[in-house]
Amino acid sequence: MGATMTSPTHIDGDAPEAMIARDMVKKAAIVGPILIIAFGFIWGVHGALSTAYGLSIVVANFVLAAAMLTWAGRISPGFVMGAALFGYLIRLSLIFMAIWLVREASWVELVPLGITIVVTHLGLLFWEMKRVSLSIAYPGLKPTSASKESTSK
Amino acid sequence: MSILAQVTTAAEAVALTAADQKSISAAGYAGLAYGLATLGPGIGIGYLVGQSVQAMARQPEAAGMVRTTMFLGIAFTEALALIGFVVFILLKFV
Repeated sequence: MGATMTSPTHIDGDAPEAMIARDMVKKAAIVGPILIIAFGFIWGVHGALSTAYGLSIVVANFVLAAAMLTWAGRISPGFVMGAALFGYLIRLSLIFMAIWLVREASWVELVPLGITIVVTHLGLLFWEMKRVSLSIAYPGLKPTSASKESTSK
Repeated sequence: MSILAQVTTAAEAVALTAADQKSISAAGYAGLAYGLATLGPGIGIGYLVGQSVQAMARQPEAAGMVRTTMFLGIAFTEALALIGFVVFILLKFV
């Protein structure tokens, strides 16, 4: 008797969301130029600009989601729920505004913009999921700073 | 010009053509479809985060792993809303 359970008032430790978002930004920097060039060939300069715009929307969405969840996690787990749901609404509204404001701009091609948003969002997620699921299933394979140093020597 | 003729001319100026009515109704339906497309992911994210917070409360030592999968789950669920949004934009403006 006497042992009481206390619920955590905040989530300790490093924020994995920030790490995932950083990794996704790196992957977007690899895939982005290829996609921009490919869509540039199909839809011209306007298509390339729209693809770059769509890619920046997706990356900003991931970074904003990670920042909001990390910030909420430092306050309390209950706040994470609120941040996730209201963050979802806020981010969807921001994406809506970002496209609505430029929909009639001369440089916007809506088809490559839409394709870029869906393809890069899902593509980056599947790529990241593969890495995360591997590192969860086989933690020994997870790259560490020590292994990076030993391979660089 | 008689009053009747003036009224007729004004009514003709105000009256919407069939194409206008069709485009207005299409915009309404596209907006409704987008609203419905965001409803499902909203419920999904609420459930997902609720369960994740419960898991973190039960096993605080696994919080890192739970948060990682929660973040990916949120992003995957959100993809449904984004697909709905893109379809709405393409139907409305292309």
